[in-house]
Amino acid sequence: MLKISKLVKRYGNGDPVLKDLDLTVESESIVAIIGASGAGKSTLLRCINRLVEPTAGKIDLNGVDLTALRGAQLRHARRRIGMIFQGFNLVDRLTVMENVQSGRLGYIPLWRAVMRRYPKQDIRRAYELMERVGIAHYANKRADALSGGERQRVGVVRALMQEPEILLADEPTASLDPKTSEQIMELLRSLSREFSLPVLINIHNVAEAKTYADRIVGMRYGRIIFDAEPDALDAAAMDEIYAGTPAEERAEAGAAETLQAQTA
Amino acid sequence: MVDMESTPESWARYTPQQRLQRFLIYLFSIAAIVWALTSIDVIWAWVWDSPEQMGDLFGRMIPPDTTNLGTILWVLLETVNIATIATAVAVVVSLPVAYIAAQNTTPNIATLWLGRFILVSSRSVNTIIWALLFVAIFGPGIVAGILAIMFRSIGFIGKLLGEAIEEIDRRPVEALEATGASRMKVILYAIVPQVMPVFWSVSILRWDINLRESTVLGLVGAGGIGLILQGAIDTFNWQEAATVLLAILALVIIGEFVAMALRRRII
Repeated sequence: MLKISKLVKRYGNGDPVLKDLDLTVESESIVAIIGASGAGKSTLLRCINRLVEPTAGKIDLNGVDLTALRGAQLRHARRRIGMIFQGFNLVDRLTVMENVQSGRLGYIPLWRAVMRRYPKQDIRRAYELMERVGIAHYANKRADALSGGERQRVGVVRALMQEPEILLADEPTASLDPKTSEQIMELLRSLSREFSLPVLINIHNVAEAKTYADRIVGMRYGRIIFDAEPDALDAAAMDEIYAGTPAEERAEAGAAETLQAQTA
Repeated sequence: MVDMESTPESWARYTPQQRLQRFLIYLFSIAAIVWALTSIDVIWAWVWDSPEQMGDLFGRMIPPDTTNLGTILWVLLETVNIATIATAVAVVVSLPVAYIAAQNTTPNIATLWLGRFILVSSRSVNTIIWALLFVAIFGPGIVAGILAIMFRSIGFIGKLLGEAIEEIDRRPVEALEATGASRMKVILYAIVPQVMPVFWSVSILRWDINLRESTVLGLVGAGGIGLILQGAIDTFNWQEAATVLLAILALVIIGEFVAMALRRRII
């Protein structure tokens, strides 16, 4: 269980990006976080694994207060938090297998990492997971030889290699075409069920959020202003979440409203 | 919106003030060149005389004397070895220097300045001057030559490698930090693969440069083919000097081809 309480993040002396934010996520569910650019979605995710240092507040993951950890303890805790990125963040010049095994770097000794002598059970797990997402035949290919959707699958497998207790996905489909994007969302949903994982997804595509999420959290200016089941996200809620944002972003949000109109 | 009535019809790239500034910069540059030309003391008679001298020297060099060719080739091989050993050692030493001299990997501000100090001091001293220094310390010979080339190369390789580290894609680094990997493992998996192409091309380029530099080390007694060249010139043995010069030319051309082949194979 992830329990965030009174989380504050302020860069420099400016207005806080996150303001006294509270969020609790029980196990095995897809939580989509929506909101305009600059609402603090990315910062929220990065505070959880401390890629961004929170200014105040507590983040509790299965009984461990993540905000209190330092050095080796923090790295230890990070092993259990998988992260998936918008730009996939693979190491292009390494093979798919090396990229996948880099999810185990927190577990294996340095010499194994240097010599690429990965433990047998890690190799088996890698092949099983790659088979599961359909990239096993790419194991020896360089990561930059793959297409966008395949690269994101490598990213997903890398995160799963960590044996995570939670998955954080920061705009995982924003760099993909609509079809591939749906495949990745579908994959995340089924993996969440399979491994009983809570998955937090930052997402711009509200239609996708409504289709694949069990719960939608709407953020605006560093606060959560909407938190309910996808069906409860109506036009009024959308207006509130995306209020006062530039026209382009409202157009993007409009995709959900057309969906709304169709189902009504 | 631009009002059509007042749409401007004239446009200038620079304001009058900028134009004046640019004019002054040109004027200053020309003045500097003119001053430089008038300040140096050229003996023009010797300059006009030079074609004749060149012909005379050329005449004395022909035909090249090949009686010592065996020794020359042997020393040439020694020259290649100086360059190769020095490059290899410099490459290894420059790795940690590049690491601490790159802004995004250096542990703290003190190490950053230490790294930059090493790079600047290595680069600001010419190989020949390093060689003079090491000949004074280690005596004449090959050791002084290797150290001289090595010290100069550390700055060159370290600087270019450090810049490559600063230009890497940050995102894979972030991703591996998020997995709980230690600093060392992040370096090995996210940074090293990204700088590998630069590492190889810089190392090969430096080896190529070092090959040329090692041919003149002998002029200050630091080993290599330069020693024989110096000896030949000092004894007015121009025919042997010609052989040495041709041998150096051949070596540099071969080195160029080897470097080219290596580059194509590795990168």
